[in-house]
Amino acid sequence: MLKDITLGQFFPGDSVVHRLDPRVKMLMMVAYIVVVFLVKGFLGYLVLFAFLAGATLLSHIKPKFLLRSIKPILFIVVMTFVLNVLFTRGEKLLVEWGILHIYWEGVRFAVFMSLRLVFLLLGTSLLTLTTSPMALTDALERLLKPLKAIRFPVHEMAMMMTIALRFIPTLLEETDKIMKAQTARGADFDSGNLFARAKAMVPLLVPLFVGAFRRADELAMAMEARCYHGGGNRTRMKVLKVQRIDWYASGVMAGTLCLVLLERLL
Amino acid sequence: MEIIRASDVWYEYVNPDETGEMAVRGVSLSVRRGEWLSIIGHNGSGKSTLVKLLNGLYVPKRGSVTVDGIDTQDEERIWEVRQKVGMIFQNPDNQIVATVVEEDVAFGLENLGVEPAQIQPRVQKALEAVDMTRFATVAPHMLSGGQKQRVAIAGVLAMRPDVMLMDEPTAMLDPSGRREVMDTVERLHKEEGMTVVLITHFMEEALRGDRVIVMEKGKAVMEGKPREVFTQVEELKNIGLDVPPMTELAHRLRADGFPIAGEPMTVKEMVEELCRLKQGI
Repeated sequence: MLKDITLGQFFPGDSVVHRLDPRVKMLMMVAYIVVVFLVKGFLGYLVLFAFLAGATLLSHIKPKFLLRSIKPILFIVVMTFVLNVLFTRGEKLLVEWGILHIYWEGVRFAVFMSLRLVFLLLGTSLLTLTTSPMALTDALERLLKPLKAIRFPVHEMAMMMTIALRFIPTLLEETDKIMKAQTARGADFDSGNLFARAKAMVPLLVPLFVGAFRRADELAMAMEARCYHGGGNRTRMKVLKVQRIDWYASGVMAGTLCLVLLERLL
Repeated sequence: MEIIRASDVWYEYVNPDETGEMAVRGVSLSVRRGEWLSIIGHNGSGKSTLVKLLNGLYVPKRGSVTVDGIDTQDEERIWEVRQKVGMIFQNPDNQIVATVVEEDVAFGLENLGVEPAQIQPRVQKALEAVDMTRFATVAPHMLSGGQKQRVAIAGVLAMRPDVMLMDEPTAMLDPSGRREVMDTVERLHKEEGMTVVLITHFMEEALRGDRVIVMEKGKAVMEGKPREVFTQVEELKNIGLDVPPMTELAHRLRADGFPIAGEPMTVKEMVEELCRLKQGI
């Protein structure tokens, strides 16, 4: 079962959206987030919705799949909605019930804020659904390269992320193995209150940590044996090149930005 | 022609209890180009430490190791040494760095600063050499142990080394994975003339080599062709090592008075010898 876990929520595919340069996608994501915060009225959301719907259609990702990504923050969305409905004061009173006053402006604002959250999440999900964690790490390393000038360890950070991604499945497998071994010796992971359960984790975590350190030690040696000496003088196999399609995509993003700005001015 | 020379090499761990590995006490050896040298010895005999001295992962406390004329103490040229002497480790999981097979094979080349345009074909060729082309874009954790070990071999091959050091590469594999890896190594050795230094505790694997060195308490105690070494059954047993099963059988038959001729080492040779004997009787 642990063998087929997917890292993050990447959904492999060969659509236009998948093939976009990850750097461009990442920058588009930044622009998208800015746009989401710039939106002033529901017309702006309509523009954003058109953009998102188009991108989703092109990515061949099932809308249902994309919508499922809202689930983990559903609680926050609902909370935002409720709080805004209850605590926004306005002029047009809709409901009055004891100390509760619900205004038309409150409802409007609540819907607006909730939509903002939903749009933020949908956009970022589309990015992680269509871009592998590997490509994202790679893009991040290349985009942050200028920060090297101020001695920010860009390469080291990207290497750490890569190694973390590489070892997540390995460590999960090991966790599974240790859990079974400890269960065989009478350890009980599933019963008792929260405190008892946390305590039951100790015989699982200790061997896991010891194992991870041993692995780190061996990996470091293996990396040195293969001439790893940090980021200096290092080349990369994959050369990222901005294609025509990347320009088109950026153009569409810029167009969306302009439309939203226009809406803001009107 | 020799590619690696170790002369009177000594190495001690600062804290020997931590690693459980034994020091190396005055070992001299040379590895010739194109040969297959097997190093055997039981746990803690210092064999792992010895190979780590051969590619400069450890630097000898006394004595010296040279690779193709370069001293491993020369810090400026250490990357050259490691490029010439590739190393495969025991645990297949702990030596794969990248999340995609081809990226991992490229890792060494990227470290060496090879031009991107040249990396791709070299990676492809290395994957072909270990018959893993189909898995180029697969995540390493989806592979079997034997396949992971082949990826590790490809990662070393891509760097075009002169020597391949292997530190018990099959110890953590199942029998089919073991065969897979050993067949790959044997093919590389025979077809590409790759120099192999193999540490193993499987005597059948050591049999495949041209030369065997037996390590005991940090010293090289025996050296010779596999047949010469493995026929010294009593000595090997005194050290606490096994001998290949057929050698053992021959030894016992002889002790019981059967005139086994020659030194049958494989099952096939043994069958032939026994048939010959039967006809004689």
